Amino acid sequence: MEQIEQRKIDGLWLTVVGIAVLFFLILPTLIVIPMSFSGASFLEFPPTSFSFRWYTAYFTSPEWMSATKTSLIAAIMTTVIATPLGSLCAYGLHCSTPQIRNTVQFLVIMPIVVPVILIAVGVFSLYAKVGLNYTLTGVVIAHTALALPFVIVTVMSGLRNYDFDQELAARSLGASRALALWTITVPQVKFSIQTGAFLAFITSLDEVVISMLVSGGDNATITRRMFNALRDQLDPTIAAISTCLIVVSVTVLVGVQLIGLRKNIDK
Amino acid sequence: MSSVDAKFIDQSTQNINILKSEERREAVTIFGLSLPAVLTILIVVFLPIFWLSSLSFYNAAGELSMENYTRIFNSALYRRTFVVTFQISISVTIICVLLGYPLCYWLCKLPDRTAGILMVFVLVPFWTSVLVRTYAWLVLLQRNGIINSSLMSLGVIDEPLQLAHNLTGSIIGMVHIMLPFLILPLYATMRGIDTDLVRAALGLGSSPRGAFWRVFFPMSLPGLFAGIVLVFILSLGFFVTPALLGGGRVQMLAQRIESTITVYSNWGAASALGVVLLLLALVMIWLMNRVFGLDKLFMR
Repeated sequence: MEQIEQRKIDGLWLTVVGIAVLFFLILPTLIVIPMSFSGASFLEFPPTSFSFRWYTAYFTSPEWMSATKTSLIAAIMTTVIATPLGSLCAYGLHCSTPQIRNTVQFLVIMPIVVPVILIAVGVFSLYAKVGLNYTLTGVVIAHTALALPFVIVTVMSGLRNYDFDQELAARSLGASRALALWTITVPQVKFSIQTGAFLAFITSLDEVVISMLVSGGDNATITRRMFNALRDQLDPTIAAISTCLIVVSVTVLVGVQLIGLRKNIDK
Repeated sequence: MSSVDAKFIDQSTQNINILKSEERREAVTIFGLSLPAVLTILIVVFLPIFWLSSLSFYNAAGELSMENYTRIFNSALYRRTFVVTFQISISVTIICVLLGYPLCYWLCKLPDRTAGILMVFVLVPFWTSVLVRTYAWLVLLQRNGIINSSLMSLGVIDEPLQLAHNLTGSIIGMVHIMLPFLILPLYATMRGIDTDLVRAALGLGSSPRGAFWRVFFPMSLPGLFAGIVLVFILSLGFFVTPALLGGGRVQMLAQRIESTITVYSNWGAASALGVVLLLLALVMIWLMNRVFGLDKLFMR
């Protein structure tokens, strides 16, 4: 009897903590959304009046617009470069001997856990030698290196769940390796490749530390400008920009989940 | 007869050799597909880091020396940086465990579908920009922010607490950023635990708490360990949140490296700090790879 009481109390305690932690995670993430519609000229929460003034401020500022353009172009280029390179790398590693695979895989995944500041300082000094600092090309190359591990990991996990005999069957029936790869394997791991592409896009769009050192001038990214602005003051325009960034991230996340859902239904 | 046999064997060895060399050639070609990505990562990520590391062993006159290292370990300023970095990283890791473990355990006891929906509460922050979340905390924690004003209207405090622009603010913000990194591997491990084992322990007369501590908890340790190491490594080298929420009063390693370069242009000292951070991270990565496997961390 006493034990059942104890269990109920433990269960209740667990539920309370669980819900509290979930709120701790989600509320601060979403709080900038109502804030961005505030009509006051300083930051307040909860907002007392409603307006679009901070969105107007964002969309009519040439500096913010130019930074947004830089970030979007960088994110799209990173996705376009990192997705095929990473997918090919995953395929190459999947087909090589376990020894090579494990070593190289460890090497290419490492950038995810190496402190970004080290990569940023390294890239900054490398670019100083080859004149890539403050260029869009420089940002794209650095972001590509950062996004590749995510593409490689997702595509490799897709390949692991894929029955490789199908490609072998196609080749034994006369298809060349390239044709078999393109028409048999790629369509089946499409979900992983798409997920990898989404991750690459978000990695580039949200990246702060490398952009802070390497981008600048006319090619400053939006995260660099936001970081510098936040160092000085709490400009409510940033609430509007943040809301836009959240919308992009959530759209991408929902996109990934929907593709996953459709794939499960297909099965 | 025997000559035919010999010829046949000769022929097949030849064939086998041709096939083998073709296989080898194909293996090389296939590995070649990996090269563009591998080279990009090597040139952009690893090469500059190694080059910078080598800088740390030269003094200002360009001679080989350990001057940079003796300087960073003797200077009170740099020692303070190390102390603060460890203090924050350890606090953040402990708080993440205290918040994350009960949450994962609770989610595990819920039906799959409900838990899947609730995981959105973890994934949305995880995929939201660190800068956006830090900004939100700056607003929440400011002097006239909602936390101070509600605590004051509840009568808990009379004066607004100094929450942002100090150590407290940095830790709160960092816990929020790091928590999903603890939850994801831990939750994946817990989901994989066979709950029949817990039921068996209960059936054999164990108390619920005993079953938890002696059966469930030990089996969740690999995921917990992976999460702890991940949070700790990322905290050691974290830049954005302490730079903004610390308000210049809190200097962690990453900020010290950045300011040593951008403000003082002292590449020798900065690279020595970088080497220390790199070594700490490598030890952690090696440990984690042994226990969990680096690639499994990011699977969903």
